[in-house]
Amino acid sequence: MVSLKELSKKEEKLASGHRLCAGCAEPIIVRQILSATDEPVIASNATGCLEVATTIYPYTSWKIPWIHSAFENAASTIAGVEACYQVLKRKGKINREIKFVAFAGDGGTYDIGIQALSGAAERGHDFLYVCFNNEAYMNTGIQRSSATPMGASTTTSPAGSVIPGKKEFPKDLTEIMAAHKIPYVAQGSPGFYNDLIAKAGKAFSIKGPKFMNVIAPCPRGWRHPTDKTIEISKKAVETCFWPLYEVENNEYRLTGISKLIAEGKKEKLPIVEYLKMQGRFKHLFTEKYKHIIPEIQSRIDSDWGILKKKCGY
Amino acid sequence: MKILGMNGDNAVAYAMKQINPDVVAGYPITPQTIAIEKFSEYVADGEVDTEFVAVESEHSAMSACIGASASGGRVMTSTASAGLAFMWEMLYVAASTRLPIVMNVMNRALSAPINIHCDHSDSMGARDSGWIQIYGENVQEGYDNIIQAVKIAESAGLPVMPCFDGFIVSHAVERVEALDDEKVKNFIGIYKSEHPLLDVENPVTYGPFDMYDYYMEHKKQEHEAMKAALKIVKDVGKEYEKISGRSYDTLSEHRLDDAELAVIALGSTAGTAREAVDEMRKKGINAGSLKLRLFRPFPYEDIRNALKNVKAIAVMDRCDSFGAFGGPMFSEIRSALYKTSDAEVVNYIYGLGGRDVTTNHIKKVISDLNNISTTGKVKEYVQYLGVR
Ligand SMILES: Cc1ncc(C[n+]2csc(CCOP(=O)(O)OP(=O)(O)O)c2C)c(N)n1
Ligand code: SF4
Ligand SMILES: [Mg+2]
Repeated sequence: MVSLKELSKKEEKLASGHRLCAGCAEPIIVRQILSATDEPVIASNATGCLEVATTIYPYTSWKIPWIHSAFENAASTIAGVEACYQVLKRKGKINREIKFVAFAGDGGTYDIGIQALSGAAERGHDFLYVCFNNEAYMNTGIQRSSATPMGASTTTSPAGSVIPGKKEFPKDLTEIMAAHKIPYVAQGSPGFYNDLIAKAGKAFSIKGPKFMNVIAPCPRGWRHPTDKTIEISKKAVETCFWPLYEVENNEYRLTGISKLIAEGKKEKLPIVEYLKMQGRFKHLFTEKYKHIIPEIQSRIDSDWGILKKKCGY
Repeated sequence: MKILGMNGDNAVAYAMKQINPDVVAGYPITPQTIAIEKFSEYVADGEVDTEFVAVESEHSAMSACIGASASGGRVMTSTASAGLAFMWEMLYVAASTRLPIVMNVMNRALSAPINIHCDHSDSMGARDSGWIQIYGENVQEGYDNIIQAVKIAESAGLPVMPCFDGFIVSHAVERVEALDDEKVKNFIGIYKSEHPLLDVENPVTYGPFDMYDYYMEHKKQEHEAMKAALKIVKDVGKEYEKISGRSYDTLSEHRLDDAELAVIALGSTAGTAREAVDEMRKKGINAGSLKLRLFRPFPYEDIRNALKNVKAIAVMDRCDSFGAFGGPMFSEIRSALYKTSDAEVVNYIYGLGGRDVTTNHIKKVISDLNNISTTGKVKEYVQYLGVR
């Protein structure tokens, strides 16, 4: 458990005054993740909202060494940085511990960046990859990605008079990364900061490739008020839409509220509680498309059942 | 000095071993594969300290090179054809981030149809990416160019792409005079990056978002750096001559002094052209040839000087620039000569996908030039040579 008091004393590695939207989950997650280590950290960042809004030349919000090179290669860029670190350390030119982190959106991770991520994970570079999953290409104006949930309206999967938003369920990237059998894979939510920071702390302490998939509400794309970000990120967990879990050395473990839900100590909320807070699902509450909600619910129930089993419930 | 029998790929690997870079990120593609395999053996046998990253694609090869170079390391890779095309986006990032990466290109045709043999479509497609481009004729030049490239890149603050012909050079075993390891080491010196990402005490932001208020100034700096690289290439060539006895400039001339007709080529064809020139001279035809070594930055003044007395010029392009008025070298040479020469300049597109080009082909080109020079008439400015 991290105490808020302790956290508040830490120096911020991402300065305020960046140009991300009010209520954006991305900088909140960056701060939570980076607060989890006291060692120096170097970050690579894929093209996307975070990169664009924190480094508008000649300004930078980053107090740590940071590199952006393109959209699809946060993993291979940090792999090069880490490779250089390893050789300079071997040659005695650097002798301190440094942590490496790659930040990317869901588009830069689930879609265009999956090859670079998979390759870097397989090669065993020592880095933590963090995916900000706001479930669409936000920086280019809310287009669907393979992380976009079924039923969500985006600008390339708009809810129309015959099509109810995105027709497909998202791919399960956390599972794909767990299948790489890397030392650590986890899902987190900024609403449960204790859980997220603990996971990041654990990830930083482990050598080798680590992957964290973090749900990242986006007021612009999800169509919700800017002060609902944290509440929605909690609802995602409480409905089991986004369970909190980790896979450490191939062992699955539910954490936080998700663990309590699995143990019957906390109620699993119906998915409507999550959907109704967001404009991107508004059309699902019309006569024409209301049949979609039970479909979503049944998929969540089934996925949750599978995950619980993996975690020994 | 050591005399070795090596093919071009092995010579690249051997030079890389002597350079002993910090990071090499590589991905196999014919005809480059042998180089990356051979270098992996050096790594496996502990003959280099290099961190070798066997990436999952060329896009990641260049991305990892960018990360490693920004970190302050001396970084190298090599590729060809589809591999270079796949890197295209990252080539610009490497150059604009001013990272002195060295990447040998073993020139190979681009698909489709898929073909593994030589032409220059791959590197010519990257000619505007901000990389210095040097073309070698044979294995010896391939070896020499790599070593010079390290010094050029680090002095210019720009990446360098030494190129040579796939298979014709990459797979041909030739006599190579290799320098002693110590000589190479002293020649390239120690690389010191100005703002290494790994300096955690002095954090820097690489690759920020740059709008219309600054982007153009950054491009102008890159433009100036490329211009300044011309002298650097010449200076490094002179310095290299001191340790190797082999001289290197932006171009080299063959019997151009008193020539009326000139053939210009890059890479291995330059040797064929010299042979053809000598044979035509025996027939009393006043020909010469010019081998262009440096394509970026384009040494237009040197070219003007070398060609100032000729009447007719044939530019040999080993790639097409579809829809353009001739191949890439043709356009640039014509533009370099504009208002300084009244020679007729014609273009031959040849050798695509490894199509053989012989002295007979080039002798025909010289005969064409002779007709142009005597009649003053050009039938066709741009034509395919050796096509059915
Ligand atoms: C190769 C390439 N294709 C497309 C783009 C355009 N592009 C920039 S950011 C972006 C979307 C980013 O989405 P995501 O990764 O989910 O990050 P977010 O902005 O949502 O945080 C796209 C499509 C690009 N920069 N490069
Ligand atoms: S569009 Fe969404 S993800 Fe992008 S800055 Fe705004 S709130 Fe954040
Ligand atoms: Mg996104």
